[in-house]
Amino acid sequence: MTSELRAQGVPQGVWDWDFALEILPQLLRGLVVTVQATLMGIVVAMVLGLVLALARRSRRRLISWPVGAAVEFVRSTPLLAQLFFLFFVLPEFGIVLSPFLIGVLGLGIHYGCYTSESYRAGIESVPRGQWEAAVALNMAPATKWRRIVLPQAIPTVIPALGNYLVAMFKEAPLLSTVTVLELLAASRNIQSVSFRGMEPFTLAGLLFLAVSLPASVLVRYLERRYGYARA
Amino acid sequence: MFGSQVFGRLLEGAATTVQVTALAVLLGTVLALIGGVVGLSPSPWARALVRIYVETFRGVSAIILLFWVFYALPIMLNLFLSPLHAGVLALGTNMGAYGTELVRGGIKAVPRGQSEAATALNMTGWQRLRHIVLPQAVVTMLPPYGNLVIEVLKSSSLVSLIALNDLMRRAQSLRINGAASTPEIFLGVFILYGAMAGVLTLLVRAAERRFGRGMDIGRLARIVK
Repeated sequence: MTSELRAQGVPQGVWDWDFALEILPQLLRGLVVTVQATLMGIVVAMVLGLVLALARRSRRRLISWPVGAAVEFVRSTPLLAQLFFLFFVLPEFGIVLSPFLIGVLGLGIHYGCYTSESYRAGIESVPRGQWEAAVALNMAPATKWRRIVLPQAIPTVIPALGNYLVAMFKEAPLLSTVTVLELLAASRNIQSVSFRGMEPFTLAGLLFLAVSLPASVLVRYLERRYGYARA
Repeated sequence: MFGSQVFGRLLEGAATTVQVTALAVLLGTVLALIGGVVGLSPSPWARALVRIYVETFRGVSAIILLFWVFYALPIMLNLFLSPLHAGVLALGTNMGAYGTELVRGGIKAVPRGQSEAATALNMTGWQRLRHIVLPQAVVTMLPPYGNLVIEVLKSSSLVSLIALNDLMRRAQSLRINGAASTPEIFLGVFILYGAMAGVLTLLVRAAERRFGRGMDIGRLARIVK
């Protein structure tokens, strides 16, 4: 009876438990996609951030200056605009990627520009004596970075990376705008079919809290464990 | 490059973006100041309330909050919210949650002796906050506050998803109309967002100089040293 009325678009009070339970599996499947995109995005961001940080430190102005400008530029424009750019402009140049891949790349590039700043701070926090000792031991630059600088720099960057992981998860619903069927897209689909916004969006919010709250607690633990990276 | 007409349409959108951002920042700043001060109150109930506000409105993410405010809140309260109101409400409360932590940190960074001295001078709690603690806290709060405002500017693009004609949505409709080529439109979008963020950065730097005057903390003092 209830579901029949619902099919006719008759609202069942402010909150309909049957309806909420009915749509939960669909939302959970969306959440899985959101989490997947976030995890793949942070991998891109971690690798890209390190590359950008090293490039920005380069003594060659021809490398460091454009990279610095690009990082600032990406950081000061909305992720939404960047996603649309990847989605609508790349195909005009013959590059066609799947929506999910565009989402992962968009998240990864946007947050890569943020993490590069943390890597920079981490690298600069390695004491001067360590660099000098590596040179005194006649290490090749690559060995110096691999064996001396990065093993000391990266642990101080871990809490910042954790923070960006949580921030990225919170922005991952933007992927719905480039047709990735994640949590927000699932909620919007349910809303547009049933005309009930209460249940899908409230559940989406609760599911978000269910992931992001434990995640931030974990990040705070990491912060205590590894301490803040201070340049 | 595209004609001035297309750029003019984008500029109109940018005006809406500025409006949404300004109103959300206003709401967020007020909430942050209230939350920051109440979060340090001796009452455990008040502190718990602030904690819940911060964790919920930060944890739920701006975009989900926006859709909830636009599609669920009106059902709950049985009222109509325009896209502008929904956008300002969602972005403002989200910023307020981040800002609360910032204000709390800034106030805690003011040396204890300052507020003790104010008490010794027989100042009321409000006077202490208004004339002694906040003016000093503002100096440490400004740089992260500036970053927060730029985050709000960037998240304001989300209101395009609930049919508010901001810069992002103007760009989308121009793209669909075929008024200019897609790469050109996006070039305009990126330039305008970059310019707005640049202006905000300059404003925050000016404010840092203004509030840092006569303090041994703050940007100017650091340059002098």
